[in-house]
Amino acid sequence: MAYDKSIRPPFAGLWKGMWATLKALFRRPPTVFYPEEKEIPVPRARGVISLDTEACTVCMLCARECPDWCIYIEGHKEEVPPSKPGGRPRTRAKLDRFDIDFALCMYCGICVEVCPFDALFWSPEYEYSEYSIADLLHPVERLTEWLDTVPEPPALESS
Amino acid sequence: MTGLMHRSEVAVSVELQTPDMTLNIGPQHPSTHGVLRLVAKVDGERIEEVEPVIGYMHRGYEKLAEVRTYAQITALVNRIDWVAGFASEVPFIVAVERLTGIEAPPRAQWIRLILTEMARIASHLVFMSSYPLELGATTPLMWALRERERVLDLIESVTGGRFHPNFNRVGGVKPAAGGGSKTKKISMDLPAGFFAQTKTAMEKVLHVCDELDELVTGNEFIKARTVGIGVIPPDKAIEYGLSGPNLRASGVDFDLRKVEPILPYDEVDFDVVVTTSGDCYDRYVCRLEEIRQSARIVLQAIDKIPSGPLQAKVPRVLKVPEGQVYVRHENPKGEFGYYIVSEGGRMPYRLKIRSTSFSNLSILPWLLEGQLVPDLVAIMGSLDFVLGDVDR
Amino acid sequence: MSFWATLGLQVVAVLAVMLGLALVTIYAELKISAHMQSRIGPYYAGGRWGWAQPLADGLKFLQKEDLVPRLADSTVYRLAPYVVIVAALAVWVVIPFGPSLVVRDLDLGAFYVLAVSSLSTLGVLMAGWASANKYSLIGGLRAAAQLIAYELPLLLAVLAVVVQAGTMSLSEIVAVQAEPWFVVAGVPISAPFIVKGQIIGFTIFMIAAIAELSRIPFDMPIAESELTMGYLTEYSGIRFTMFFLGEYASMVAMSAIAATLYLGGYALPGVPAATLNVVGPFVLLGKVALLVFLMIWFRWTWPRLREDQLQAMAWRWLIPLGLLNIVLAGIFKVVL
Repeated sequence: MAYDKSIRPPFAGLWKGMWATLKALFRRPPTVFYPEEKEIPVPRARGVISLDTEACTVCMLCARECPDWCIYIEGHKEEVPPSKPGGRPRTRAKLDRFDIDFALCMYCGICVEVCPFDALFWSPEYEYSEYSIADLLHPVERLTEWLDTVPEPPALESS
Repeated sequence: MTGLMHRSEVAVSVELQTPDMTLNIGPQHPSTHGVLRLVAKVDGERIEEVEPVIGYMHRGYEKLAEVRTYAQITALVNRIDWVAGFASEVPFIVAVERLTGIEAPPRAQWIRLILTEMARIASHLVFMSSYPLELGATTPLMWALRERERVLDLIESVTGGRFHPNFNRVGGVKPAAGGGSKTKKISMDLPAGFFAQTKTAMEKVLHVCDELDELVTGNEFIKARTVGIGVIPPDKAIEYGLSGPNLRASGVDFDLRKVEPILPYDEVDFDVVVTTSGDCYDRYVCRLEEIRQSARIVLQAIDKIPSGPLQAKVPRVLKVPEGQVYVRHENPKGEFGYYIVSEGGRMPYRLKIRSTSFSNLSILPWLLEGQLVPDLVAIMGSLDFVLGDVDR
Repeated sequence: MSFWATLGLQVVAVLAVMLGLALVTIYAELKISAHMQSRIGPYYAGGRWGWAQPLADGLKFLQKEDLVPRLADSTVYRLAPYVVIVAALAVWVVIPFGPSLVVRDLDLGAFYVLAVSSLSTLGVLMAGWASANKYSLIGGLRAAAQLIAYELPLLLAVLAVVVQAGTMSLSEIVAVQAEPWFVVAGVPISAPFIVKGQIIGFTIFMIAAIAELSRIPFDMPIAESELTMGYLTEYSGIRFTMFFLGEYASMVAMSAIAATLYLGGYALPGVPAATLNVVGPFVLLGKVALLVFLMIWFRWTWPRLREDQLQAMAWRWLIPLGLLNIVLAGIFKVVL
């Protein structure tokens, strides 16, 4: 690591730099032309959270564990008639509201991790910017739509 | 003729004095890396006194941590020094592990090591891009950021996040994509092709280091702006609590990766980069060399990484016993430490963050006294701080 | 044609040439810098290769509010951009594009060029002072200090050419360079001054010209990372556009002067003198393009120096070298 600190003519460093930029001038830039060409995010990318309403049991674990409390859940109990005649009627939790405010969300993924019933998934989708900040609050319908974009998990490096 | 005196008889009592000007540099200024404010008293371009005003970006992490569980804090701490998010997660998790007595399995430790070094490369590449920019050279910015993108992509392919990985868990790294029955089966182990991609990325990183050597390191104008500017003697560096490349550029051989390794650094072969003169140029060179060393570490680590589980056995609801611990680690910018006081339970009683940039910044008033305004920019840039890390 | 009609025509011609060339230079800078930095640069404006980007930028600036800070000296503040752009414009008056393609061939052309081009610093100083902004003030004063550093080397470099050519008229300087230097096998060979021993002078001239244009590595009056654009900090809208256009117009103008003085202007060895009125402008533009590219290349490769380093360089190296160059030019003139 011997670095020459001298500053004297013939300024070889300056000309070397010129040569470097000249070479770069004729190189192909790695630009991705975004709206026309899209970079495909890795499958694990934390883009947007999707919800499987079938699996959700309104246990509120995600809302409770969220560090910035951006998940809003409301639900009520419902009587389900007995499946066989003579059986006991059961109560089931029914989801009324499941909103995630992506303006508040910090994309930590804790909600996905704590969900005990596989109701939440990460999708690498990222194109959901809005003109109004209020529109970033995604209701159940939008969260369910994201479910189609959840990719297959990547293969693992064999070790 | 009574009123007149010969010139030699007049006692010159009034020198030509110009009033000092107070120059407010920042909080909105291109070279303050965010919202640092420097109140500088300048005489022409000569700085007489400078007072850093910090706190414009105070986010209250220490207080926030008191009402968050340990898992939630992990997601927060990588936002302190956001250019090297992974590196600031590790010491926190290790601190919690020390308190609970859980040890991470070897594979998790090696993954931590690889990603920490990648974060170091990413952080130093940001320095490589922003420092010449402050001196007026715009091209290295794009070149360094171009290669940083590859490193961030790699971090993303493993953790899912480019800047904020949130990948460390107490007792290892994130083992599965979720907690449920189905997602639990989706392992978060290194994805296929990671090793091959890492090899290409490291080659590219080493290549851009050579390119930067051509464009920046040997450049006589860069040398004219940095050699002998902002010299920090070793005793002053220690007095002000500098760490990281800023300290090592002054000739102090102190690297926590060698001194107090919390990851298996003793099993990889690397050199601690120490330069002697402690000027801006040496701080630059030190970081450039560290990129090469980090790439070397990563390339060794992907060969040495053992197989095994990603996380040790951890209770579902983590209760940390009473006690206190201080764990520090070599962040790209220097010593980064967490002091946790636990009174038992799911949340810490107190979390003190020893953030690197804050300590590195404290030398600024001493260092800037008597310098020129252009040198202020050169010196400030060479200390490589991130305002989120200063204000927390 | 009456006097006024001719004058009007000339003014329009100079304006069109200057603005056109400035826009082309801006586009070249955008594109070249982008590719040097592994970027694409303007791409969509105008449909192909983003050729309309400078025009679009100009239109955008025209729509912006013309802000005058409350504490600014508003008369001086408003006047400053005009001074800069007039200085950039006025240089074009004496630059010959062909044997008869010159707006006004002054006998003291070289002197006029130096005098007028340093006017722009006055505009910069006015802008810096009147903005009532500390960064602008420092920027303006830096520009004034820079003037002291580069003006003398510039003068000495031009002086050597004047000595060698024996005239101060730019047309005649070109004509001298187009004269046959020596004859090889019956073919007369002419050479520009850069070949005839003025390589030192050319180097000094280019360094000083870049300092006058405040481009990297001598852009201390603007110094974005230190002074947040210096004297330009408070300007917006059309006044900023004027500074911007003025900067690029002077860049082309300085390149044209350098081409005229050192590279043979519109003359090219091998091009018959009779066709020079047609071919001449293109020859000159080609040489100008070369020098402009050189300036762009410097800017995107090198960092900025410090004000005192420029002063040291000017007084310790450029001025002694410039004096030496005059002596050499004298010897060259007498011996050959």
